[in-house]
Amino acid sequence: MTSRRTSYEGVAVAVPVTVPYVRYSTHNAHWFIGQALHALVEASGLAKEQIDGLTVSSFSLAPDTAVGVTQHLGLSPRWLDHIPTGGASGVMSLRRAARAVQAGDADVVACVAADTNHVDSFRQTLGSFSNFARDASYPYGSGGPNSIFAFITANYMRTYGATREDFGRIAVAQRDNALKNPNALFKKPLTLDEYIAARPISDPIHLFDCVMPCAGAEAFLVMREERARELGLAHVLVRGAIERHNAYADDPVMLRGGWRVDRDELYAQAGAAPADIDFVQTYDDYPVIVMLQFEDLGFCDKGGGPAFVRANTLTHDGSFPNNTSGGQLSCGQAGAAGGFLGMTEAIRQLTGQAGEHAVPGAKLGLVTGFGMVTYDRCLCTGAVILGASS
Amino acid sequence: MTMPLMKPKRKNPVLRTRQMNLPPWARGRVALGMTAAAAEGRFELQVCKDCSAVQYPPREACHRCLSARLQWRAQSGEGTLLGTTTLHHSNDPFFRERLPWRLGLVQLAAGPSLIVHLHGEVGDAPAPVKVGARLDRAGQAVLIGFPPEGSEHMADDKMLREMTSDPKFRKVLVTDGKTAVGQAIVQALVKAGAEIVWVGHAEPWKKLPGFDDISKLPQVTLVPLDLTNGRSVSELAGEIGGKVDIVINNAEVHRTFGIGARRGTDVAKAEMDINYFGALRLAQEFGPALKGRSADGVTHAAAWVNLLSIYALSNYPPHGTFSASKAAAYSLAQCLRAEMRPAGIRVINLFPGPIDDEWNQNLPPPKVAPSAIASAIVKALRDGVEDVYPGDVAQEWLERWRDNPKVLERELAAGGN
Repeated sequence: MTSRRTSYEGVAVAVPVTVPYVRYSTHNAHWFIGQALHALVEASGLAKEQIDGLTVSSFSLAPDTAVGVTQHLGLSPRWLDHIPTGGASGVMSLRRAARAVQAGDADVVACVAADTNHVDSFRQTLGSFSNFARDASYPYGSGGPNSIFAFITANYMRTYGATREDFGRIAVAQRDNALKNPNALFKKPLTLDEYIAARPISDPIHLFDCVMPCAGAEAFLVMREERARELGLAHVLVRGAIERHNAYADDPVMLRGGWRVDRDELYAQAGAAPADIDFVQTYDDYPVIVMLQFEDLGFCDKGGGPAFVRANTLTHDGSFPNNTSGGQLSCGQAGAAGGFLGMTEAIRQLTGQAGEHAVPGAKLGLVTGFGMVTYDRCLCTGAVILGASS
Repeated sequence: MTMPLMKPKRKNPVLRTRQMNLPPWARGRVALGMTAAAAEGRFELQVCKDCSAVQYPPREACHRCLSARLQWRAQSGEGTLLGTTTLHHSNDPFFRERLPWRLGLVQLAAGPSLIVHLHGEVGDAPAPVKVGARLDRAGQAVLIGFPPEGSEHMADDKMLREMTSDPKFRKVLVTDGKTAVGQAIVQALVKAGAEIVWVGHAEPWKKLPGFDDISKLPQVTLVPLDLTNGRSVSELAGEIGGKVDIVINNAEVHRTFGIGARRGTDVAKAEMDINYFGALRLAQEFGPALKGRSADGVTHAAAWVNLLSIYALSNYPPHGTFSASKAAAYSLAQCLRAEMRPAGIRVINLFPGPIDDEWNQNLPPPKVAPSAIASAIVKALRDGVEDVYPGDVAQEWLERWRDNPKVLERELAAGGN
C-alpha cells in the first residue's frame, strides 16, 4: 500500500511565455533561457531577484546544467532543479516546483525549457542520446526516434486496426489549430490527402507524422495561489498531477503508457472524470502516441483510439479539442521546450490568452508529458490537470 | 527468396571511387562484450548468474534482481518479429548511401526485445525469426534477424553483404600457392565464386606437387611474390594492388626446435623474415590500396586474412622460435586491424592447431587438414568473423588459455598435456 499523497491544492501556475521558434539558430541554449526569463520578468512585473526558484530543462545546454545558468544569468535562487527529461519535463518541472512552493522552499519558481538547434545538432544528439541509443538503436539505420515509433505505430495498426487516415485526422486537426497560432512554424494548411501522399520516412511513419526540430523556449511561473493573487497575475490552479517512469517494462513493444497506471489517482485528485475535461494537450512526438494517450487517460477504451478519432473533431472548436496550439507536429519541436508546449498553451487557454485558437468556455484542461526514448520506447509519462481560477 | 547476386558490370573509370563512411562505431565498454562474441561468430547476451534473467541492451547490473554477476551466454536467437520498418531517411552517411534499409523489432523467446537489421527473406510481422550477431563494417557487433530457414542465395542479401566479405565475384590474392594449405585455399576460393585468384609463388623454378592443378583453373593467375623481398612485394602491389578485394597471407616458414637444439639465429631470422616482416611488407604495400576501395560497389575491397597459429597465444617450446614469430605476427595483425578498421576492412586472424603437413610430421593427431584451413577461411569471410581457431587442438588450447594462461604455459612446457 503506497502512502496517500498530499494534494496540490493552492498551487498556481501563471505567466506562460514562448520565445519564438526558429528552424535554426546560431545562439546557444543559454540565449533562449535568458530570453525566456526576460519575458517572465517583463510579463509578471516581478524583479529578477524575486524569482527564488528555478528549473531548467534542455538538451543543448551541455556541459552546463541548471546551476551554470544561475551564474550565466545572474540569478541567486534558493531552490534549483535540473530536469533533462525532454517531453516529460513540463509536467515534471511543474510537479517539483509545486511541492517547493507548498513547502516554502521557494516563493516564485521559474520553470524554463529551452533548446537551440544548429544545423547539425539533431544528428549529433541522436547518437549520444543515451547509453542504449549508442549501443543498441543508433547503429541500426540511425533513423533516430522515427524508426522506433515506426515499430510502435506498425504494431498498433496491426493490433487495433488503425489506419494512416486515423493518424492523419490528428495531424490535420493540429495543423488547423496551428494556422491560428502566430508562433507555429507551419503556416500552410494540411489536407488529409496531402498527409497520406507525403513521402515515407520510416514506414509506416511519413513526413507529417514527424516533428521538425527547431530552436525556441517555453516557460511559466509556479507560486502559491495567494501570491499570484497579490501580484495580480492571471493564473490557473493545479488540480492533480502524476508521473511514472519505465512502466510496463515487460511489454515487448509499447502499446500502452504509464498514464494508465496512475490515471485513477489523477482524476480522483481533481475530483473530475475524463468527460469533465474541456481540452487536452497531449504530447505529440508522433500521432500514434496521441492516440495511445486518448486510451490510457480514459477518454476511450484500449484499442478504441481509431474509432474515437473518427467520431470526434479534434480542433480547438471541435468536440474534443486536442493540442490547440498546433502541438509539436505543427509548431515545431524546440527540444525540451516541446515538453512545455502543452503547459503554456493550457495556461493560455484557461486564462483567456489563447486568442483565435481558444476553446470556448474552457475550465478544465489536461496536459501530458512523455519523454526520453533511451532504447525502444519512451520511459517518462506524466499528466497534470489544470483548472481555471474562479 | 534472395535473388542471386549478378556479376557486377565493369566499373566506370570516369566516376570517382566512393569513399567509406563507417556506420556508427561508438559503443560502451559493456556493449563490447557482444562484439567480442560476434568476432568469433557467436550471438551472446548478458545472463544474470543469480536470477537467470536474459537482458538487452547490455547493462552494468541485472535489471531484474540488481546483481552485478552478469555473464555473456550464447543464445539460440529464436524469436518473433513484432514490427518492421523500412527507412527512407537516415541521419548517418553510411545508411544514407544504402537506403532503403529495413529494420525489425524482435521479441526473443528468451525475453528481451531487440532492434535488428532485417534480412530480406523475413516477411512482415508477426513472423518467426532467428537472430544472430554479426560485425558490421565498423567492426562492431550488430544483431540481424534471419529467416528460420534461409534460401540458397541468402548470403547475397544486400544488407548481409554489407556485413560480410563473401568471396563471390571478388578478386583475391593468396600469397603462397606452393604449400598444400595454399592450394587448398585457392581451390576453396574458386569454388566459392571468386572472380580472380592471384597466387603468389616465390620460387617459380621449383616444380611442386599440386601446383599444376591450381594453375589450370581459369580463375587462377600465378604471380611472382617473395615476401622476403620488399621490391617483389612492391612490384606486385603496383600491378594488382588496386584490384585486390581480399588478401590472404598464408606464407609462412615453419621449422621445429626451440633455443637450445639449434645453433645460431639463421633459422629464427628466416621465420621472422616471412612470418613477421613478410606480413609487414605486404601490409605496407597492399593495405592502402585496399582501404581506398572499401566502398567500391558490391564487390568492394573487404578483408585481410592472416594465417597465424595457436602457438601465437602461448609458446610451444618444441616449436619455440616458430611460436615466437607467430606471436610477433599476431601482435602486428592487431595493429593492422586497428589501422584497417576506419576503412571498414575486416582483418581475420586464423589460429590453427598443428596443420597436417611435413613440419608437424612428428606431432600426434588430431592435426588440421589443409582443406579444413581453406574452408575455415571461406566460412570466416562469409560469416564476417574476426578470429578463427580451426581444429580440436586449437579449440582446446584456446579454452585452457582463456581459463588460465599461466597454467597453459606450464602445460605446454610439459609437452602440451
